[in-house]
Amino acid sequence: MSEQDRSGDVDGTGPGGQSEDGAFGISQRVQETPPSGIRRFFELAEEAEDVISLGVGEPDFSAPWAARDAAIHSLEQGQTAYTANRGKRELRAEIARHVDAEYDLQYDPDEEILVTTGVSEGIDVALRAVVDPGDTVAVPDPTYVSYAPGVTFAGGEICQIPTTEDEFRLTPEAMAEAGADEADVLLYCYPNNPTGAIMPREELAAVAEFCREHDLVVLADEIYADLTYGQEHVSIATLPGMRERTIVFNGFSKAYAMTGLRLGYAMGPPEVIEACNRIHQYTMLSAPTTPQHAAIEALRSCDDEVDEMVEEYDRRRRFVLSRFEELGMDCFEAKGAFYVFPEVPGGDAEAFAEELLTEAGVAAVPGDVFGDGGAGHLRVSYATGLEDLKEAMDRIEAYLES
Amino acid sequence: MNERELLDLLLADARRSTEDLARMLDADEAAVDDAIERLEEDGVVGGYQAVVDWGEVDEERVVALVELNVTLDRETSYADIAERLARFPEVQTLQLVSGDYDFDMRVEGDSMREVSRFISDKVAPVPEITQTVTHYVMDTYKDRGVNFGDGDDDDRLSVSP
Repeated sequence: MSEQDRSGDVDGTGPGGQSEDGAFGISQRVQETPPSGIRRFFELAEEAEDVISLGVGEPDFSAPWAARDAAIHSLEQGQTAYTANRGKRELRAEIARHVDAEYDLQYDPDEEILVTTGVSEGIDVALRAVVDPGDTVAVPDPTYVSYAPGVTFAGGEICQIPTTEDEFRLTPEAMAEAGADEADVLLYCYPNNPTGAIMPREELAAVAEFCREHDLVVLADEIYADLTYGQEHVSIATLPGMRERTIVFNGFSKAYAMTGLRLGYAMGPPEVIEACNRIHQYTMLSAPTTPQHAAIEALRSCDDEVDEMVEEYDRRRRFVLSRFEELGMDCFEAKGAFYVFPEVPGGDAEAFAEELLTEAGVAAVPGDVFGDGGAGHLRVSYATGLEDLKEAMDRIEAYLES
Repeated sequence: MNERELLDLLLADARRSTEDLARMLDADEAAVDDAIERLEEDGVVGGYQAVVDWGEVDEERVVALVELNVTLDRETSYADIAERLARFPEVQTLQLVSGDYDFDMRVEGDSMREVSRFISDKVAPVPEITQTVTHYVMDTYKDRGVNFGDGDDDDRLSVSP
């Protein structure tokens, strides 16, 4: 990777806040949004030498060859034009088939599916489609870094629901206590980034009941749905009375290791998908064409590769959990995504992560970056080969003993 | 413990320590040791070998793939012929296959002369063998699931959300 690439934004937040003397008066919305804490850590990690990174939020695998080959073939055929706003019909049909088979979700490819430039775009357009100024969006805390800024950009207010005491799962009790009964939207990601937590059916049913009772709509980011271990993913849209009040987001980044190809999709009732598409058609036109060809092939023929990746993640997960237990760092049994979320000794995650980086040569993201609820924890990604994981855990052990 | 999963792990890398295997399988070390022993005793696991890219070694190593046609009679079966051929240390792999020929044999030696001589002196004279076609391997790109080219570099950002 070139220096130029390296200096780029990690998370799209850009190099800082407002220009002080420039001609541009930077908008209030942007000024209110602090740069992501991930960025500072990225810069620290880039400066250090001989670092093993457990701070990466994307697979270490490459996309399955068949998918890459299909993308290359489409380029050879000269298929470089826009697609339909909603994405290629063929892709939407494959998505409908796939989510029915995998998650028991039934969506009409013509009216209920929108192909987006990653789930990131999907959530952005959905927030702008359903949030009016002053509306409140409830999110679990800790949570993925983009949600709060996305809500701000859409003109909404955030209501944070603490999850730390419940092994990072949502509960109706915590939702009520946080005032989420007054909220308009619930936005979450399960299996969860940064904690690896999943929502088992029973707990999810309680959340669904809360949403029905207090009339919240749900934006369910299920990008890690394929990556669960020992327990099947349950989509909230399959629960009674929830399909009509839910937009489900999924994509190809995680399960198919296609992060850089930027392709996701949103599924929901026709009226809200039409609203999302209204924004999407003016601001994005269509998701990139080449990745759509890769995605069609991925859905058609890459199940085995996905299964193999999931098995490999699971082995690493068990390895890492077993090592943290041995090191005496408390860590709940994360059953999803590719993260574990151990507690740091002493409780100051920022200081611990910084020392771990400079003293031990291991990069991991302090949980505070994902919200106050992540304080005292470390996000450890096991999307890294086992040899590196072993070495990293040995280094952490040596650091703890020093 | 899931023995199939243990097999998968050994297939991917047979040099992992019992300790690491146990962590990955969420099992006791003793149980893993027992399972490996059982797999070996039952003949499921026949051995452990390195996958060597001879192109990277400063030494000649010749590999040939040999197609063998045979004729059978009442007293001689495929297994009889195979048993006889398999005794030669030069024969690395011997398989009965469908198609135009009967056996597919992989032979290794230190020189082309050695391999050719082995085939002409030891294999061709076997009475049941009616024809041999020898293909010398010119380059190996992938062997037993291992790619011999440059690996994919990890070009991910070191920290990302």
